Amino acid sequence: MTELRRIWIVVWKDALTERRTKAAFNAMAFFAGLVLLIFAFAIGPDIPVSGPAGQGLLEYIAPGLLWVAILLTGVLALGRSFQVEMENGALEGLRLYPGDRRAIGAGKIIANVLTLVAMEALVVPIAGILYSIDLWSKLPALAGVFLLATLGFAAVGTFYAALTANLRAREVMLPLLLFPVMVPVVLAAVKATFLVLNGDLMGELSAWVRLLVVFDAVFVTVCTLAFGFVLEE
Amino acid sequence: MSHVASTASIPAVQTERLAKRFARTWALQGVSLTIGTGESVCLLGPNGSGKTTLLRVLATATRPTSGQARVFGHESIDDGDAVRRRIGLLSHRTFLYGELTALENLRFAAVMYGLELDHRQLEAALADVGLDYAADHRVRGFSQGMTQRLALARATLHAPPLLLLDEPYSALDAAGLQLLDQFLIRYVGGGGTVIVVTHQVERGLAACERAIALKAGRLVFDGRSDAFRSSPEAAGVGDWTR
Amino acid sequence: MANTRLVDRVGTASGTLAILLLAVGLYLGLAVAPPDFQMGDVYRIFYIHLPSWFGVALAYLTSFVASILYLFKRQPRFDQWALAGAEVGVVFNITGLITGSLWGRPTWGVYWTWDPRLTTTAIMLVTFAGYLVLRGFLEDPEARARVSALVAIVGFFNVPIVYYSVKWWRTLHQQPSSPNTVDASMVTPLRVMGFAFLCLCTYLMCRRYALAEAESAAEREDLQMGVANG
Repeated sequence: MTELRRIWIVVWKDALTERRTKAAFNAMAFFAGLVLLIFAFAIGPDIPVSGPAGQGLLEYIAPGLLWVAILLTGVLALGRSFQVEMENGALEGLRLYPGDRRAIGAGKIIANVLTLVAMEALVVPIAGILYSIDLWSKLPALAGVFLLATLGFAAVGTFYAALTANLRAREVMLPLLLFPVMVPVVLAAVKATFLVLNGDLMGELSAWVRLLVVFDAVFVTVCTLAFGFVLEE
Repeated sequence: MSHVASTASIPAVQTERLAKRFARTWALQGVSLTIGTGESVCLLGPNGSGKTTLLRVLATATRPTSGQARVFGHESIDDGDAVRRRIGLLSHRTFLYGELTALENLRFAAVMYGLELDHRQLEAALADVGLDYAADHRVRGFSQGMTQRLALARATLHAPPLLLLDEPYSALDAAGLQLLDQFLIRYVGGGGTVIVVTHQVERGLAACERAIALKAGRLVFDGRSDAFRSSPEAAGVGDWTR
Repeated sequence: MANTRLVDRVGTASGTLAILLLAVGLYLGLAVAPPDFQMGDVYRIFYIHLPSWFGVALAYLTSFVASILYLFKRQPRFDQWALAGAEVGVVFNITGLITGSLWGRPTWGVYWTWDPRLTTTAIMLVTFAGYLVLRGFLEDPEARARVSALVAIVGFFNVPIVYYSVKWWRTLHQQPSSPNTVDASMVTPLRVMGFAFLCLCTYLMCRRYALAEAESAAEREDLQMGVANG
């Protein structure tokens, strides 16, 4: 029971801190929007392609672009979640409290899920507008996919962010370590997003959702359990 | 691995040939000492002598490379959790969150320590360090003295039997220094054990009964504070000015 | 010290065996086996490409197991094995990808296909290359060992998941299929080469381990000297 309280208080602290430093979150959301915009310029809105519903190229690959934008922005958010612990040496402070350190890991993961979801809530509508995607009719299914994918992202992302928090080259090392592990999530999330938006003629969606569930189950478990080792000095 | 509460026979701190290496240097070499419950000890030594490292090993902030450290009989690596329950560390890193208020910081610490403290009790803890007026102010705006006092409140919230203080005198103003002295007197009087690392030698000797001096990671003096002043090791150990 | 000698003996034995098997295997593969029906002699690089994956698997598996053992036992030799496995694995991995590319070009006309196995090994390479890069940033031996162990473990867990996700990803597209059935005449040289690579991998890991052990000892001695003089 104490451990649940500890998980909760870590989430509470991160949420409070995040809310009070809006500038950082705003900058991140802005960055994500900018990435989407740059993609639109790089690829161009007028290239026709025989998508299932007669979409242009941009609209057809929109799920992929969206997830790349989320991935790049998410890395910033994950890195930041431990940078706030670095000032005043709070990370060491966390290490020195008694009790199960895995609770800290779990709390951090949940807090990161919240931050990432908040960011996605802003970015997805922007993508909808820029790439002419009809999101509203598919919102529940879309939300489900995004939540599953974000959970996996937050789990491994928090893990690696904690590991690289102390390093000189952490801005490079975090994505370097994180992206290979994110490959299954990106594949599944992009596929599933595409199928939700464009229709699932052959019933493949369940396979991708299952992949996300398996990924989440494995890595939320492994990363939380390993957090005791992560937080050592 | 739990010990019965007859702490009188179990020393607060016991180290056996403790050694710690950091990449290219040995910070501690073969340090063996025993500190009994209720003692007040000042840990002296020049820069790089290993006194902070020793404190950090006891706090389980870092693992020794070899040798053993025990706090109230609990071994620092295998039984780290039990050790952490029993110590409070005040270091130059405050472990506080700038965006949170003083009260919120203590609330966080309380839950992390596994305590169930209500609003009044947290405010009382703030009052103990003279910060009740700043309860709802964000730590980011605090002066150094205020931060240090809040850090002290945080470190002692769970009433640990062993208090570890790393250079507590450097960041405090006159009022804060007085507060700390009185705090330590009450604390030791109540049966607590204190280890103070400081380079302000006079202050340390005045506050503590026992003095331990390190040099280049080795123990060079272990005895009563008054005896230390006249000992040969006293020279070059730190700052003798007040 | 007895342990070291065992490692050295195993290393020498597998190295010798590797040379023998490589000689036999290459002879069988390059000289004895008939040229491929469609491709002629070009296909023969397959005799290096496919068996090299045995080496990759053994090396990374060693790194994975050693990493787990390190986290629970904290003995430096486990960290040294983890490092040896990762480095040797990366070398074999790169070899495998290059030979795969060289084989793919005349076979399918492309240097790279998104074949699940090839893609998974590319991800493995990035993962373990990242492991090696990370070690370069950590100076403290204990922190280095612990952090890289965690990276190796999580990275390794990812391998089957990546494999299956890429497999599903690709099943809906037309893709050049890698030969699942191998002509009888190829089986023997492939098997020989497979064992040869396992032996080669073992030999290299043993030597790399010994090197890592020596480096670590030298580092410790450096400290003693520094302390004695300083």
